[in-house]
Amino acid sequence: MDVPHHGYRATAKPRARAAPPSGDPLLFEDTSSSGPPMGHQGYYSSGYSMSGVGGGVGNSGMNELFTDPMANAAVMYGSSLATQGKDMVNKEISRFMSVNKLKYFFAVDTKYVMKKLLLLMFPYTHQDWEVRYHRDTPFTPRHDVNAPDLYIPTMAFITYILLAGMALGIQKRFSPEVLGLCASTALVWVIIEVLVMLLGLYLLTVHSDLSTFDLIAYSGYKYVGMIFTVLCGLLFGSDGYFIALAWSSCALMFFIVRSLRMKILSSFPPDSVGTAASAKPRMRLYITVATAAFQPIIIYWLTAHLVR
Amino acid sequence: MAFTLYSLIQTAILCVNAVAVLHEERFLSKIGWGADQGIGGFGDEPGIKAQLMNLIRSVRTVMRVPLIIVNSICIVLLLLFG
Repeated sequence: MDVPHHGYRATAKPRARAAPPSGDPLLFEDTSSSGPPMGHQGYYSSGYSMSGVGGGVGNSGMNELFTDPMANAAVMYGSSLATQGKDMVNKEISRFMSVNKLKYFFAVDTKYVMKKLLLLMFPYTHQDWEVRYHRDTPFTPRHDVNAPDLYIPTMAFITYILLAGMALGIQKRFSPEVLGLCASTALVWVIIEVLVMLLGLYLLTVHSDLSTFDLIAYSGYKYVGMIFTVLCGLLFGSDGYFIALAWSSCALMFFIVRSLRMKILSSFPPDSVGTAASAKPRMRLYITVATAAFQPIIIYWLTAHLVR
Repeated sequence: MAFTLYSLIQTAILCVNAVAVLHEERFLSKIGWGADQGIGGFGDEPGIKAQLMNLIRSVRTVMRVPLIIVNSICIVLLLLFG
């Protein structure tokens, strides 16, 4: 679903202007105001549209930008070119990954983020770990605190890189290349972990609904623990570092095991034969525990050099 | 261990090459991992070994031509830039 662009005469497709976008109504709230003509502009004023300055809207209230008609025509031509380029890029990208599915992971709000961060640091009192479904699609993170999202991992990753730069700067070991090296090391470990998880899930024929993005999300949650650990290490020295490492490792292991247990261990194939049932739960348990046990190792590996 | 993205690409190319050179007749059949020896019962869940053999066979089939291209590019680049 690409960003609805201005209704150009040349490329205009009829769109239901007053209706919310054709994706999931749960994803984003419809912030368009009243009827169709104003709803068109109200929808745009919610921050969606960025291309062009105003050429081609052609509705009430949009006067000409320049008094010179040639400049006007040039602006319109340029914006139409930009829109065509954007369409092409969107089409190419949507061949590799579904942008709609990606948007699901970023539909968060502040309340969800606070609850999730609290859950990542202290998951021991949370009772219900089941991801709730809404007519076959999982709830967006906005409505269900158990749903994985990609906002927290992305932000935590960037924060971790910045924090690593700051930690190295405090110890006078900073240089711009180190920052890039740190970033790419962390990224490579995430990729390796996701690939190993995918391989493991494929080999054990686990038919769960864990998509690649879910695995990236679960593997990115460890950055929150890493940030907490590095902060404690910087503030309280080496003792604080190890205490924070132990705390966030336990919390993260608990979190991963409880979250993945729902998805992996209880997704049996519909026609499970009795003889296969004995080996399968054990292997699934192994893969869950191995994933959980990998987290402290990688947290230690990626943060120890920062808190020397 | 500091990784760069380039080393990840190198690792990936090397691993895929390693899987691609496993010969069907001369090697895999000898150790019982041939493509025709893995088909168990149909109602049964394929075990780990069957999945692995499937994976090896499909990687060899799918990646044969792209690997030729990628390896040639790698050889040329390494010759030119060291």
